[in-house]
Amino acid sequence: MSGAEVGLAVSVFLACAVEAVEALTIVLAVGATRSWSSVMCGVAAATLALAAIVAGLGPALTALPIDVLRVVVGGLLMIFGLQWLRKAILRSAGLKAKHDELETFREETEAARAAGTGHGGFDGYAFAISFKGVLLEGLEVAFIVLTFGANQHRIPLASASAAVAVLLVVAAGLAARAPLARVPENTMKFAVGVMLSSFGMFWGAEGAGASWPGGDAALLAIVPGVLLAANAIVWALRRTTSRGALAPATSGEALERATIGV
Amino acid sequence: MRRVKAFLLGVWEFVVGDDWRTALGVVLALALTALLAGASVSAWWVMPLAVLGLLALSVRHAARGR
Repeated sequence: MSGAEVGLAVSVFLACAVEAVEALTIVLAVGATRSWSSVMCGVAAATLALAAIVAGLGPALTALPIDVLRVVVGGLLMIFGLQWLRKAILRSAGLKAKHDELETFREETEAARAAGTGHGGFDGYAFAISFKGVLLEGLEVAFIVLTFGANQHRIPLASASAAVAVLLVVAAGLAARAPLARVPENTMKFAVGVMLSSFGMFWGAEGAGASWPGGDAALLAIVPGVLLAANAIVWALRRTTSRGALAPATSGEALERATIGV
Repeated sequence: MRRVKAFLLGVWEFVVGDDWRTALGVVLALALTALLAGASVSAWWVMPLAVLGLLALSVRHAARGR
């Protein structure tokens, strides 16, 4: 397996695992409060929709000329990657509240109880919430699978990596019978942001006609370079925050800033 | 018509997200790279500079908004 393929597999795995943890929280909350059968129907329908998107758009993307594909894919990956990275940096610096799966679980449970009871055996609310939760959390991952996979003509590898991540998260959720609150979501999002931005700029520049010094080996400098720059921004933000120029998101963030590594 | 508008808004929200400046910056950086490369000028350095600059600007903008 080449370095780019390892990067593909790791990026898709991490992105998919993070989104699966968030989707699992919604599914568990609605399932435990409402109807497991309706929730499972929603999950199955959303999974089929995501699989159809990947199966439908995958061949279309791989049919594009390689330079066009690289510019489009590189641009999209950079836009997605920079968004993931910005949010992860803000969370690491204590300027944005971290994703709290237990809090999300509590909110979803309350909303499910407040929605009233369904009529008959099928619970439309449970179906709709689980369908929407899985589809929305999965859409970005489907896009990452498509763009990463299509560019290297390794959509099956990207899909397999995503499937392994989902299976692991579901297995962990079944074992814990609770939201996976201890998964280091922000660190994983930070890593995904670095990988997407790095591969995006590499492919985007190649597609636009530029040649990287050292060819593919340039990635060995690009990925650590982006990681270093992102950490430098976190460090600078923490310094600014500690001087009082910017207020932290919550009082608990001070402790998180001291204990969470990036 | 309303559905088409909602769909296009959804696509915009999905692709561009909450910071249109970053998306615009990426497009401009790719265009500059293509322009330089087309003129046979070394252009690989454009994207790293663009990523670092856009990330710093985007984080700064978001931090100031809090």
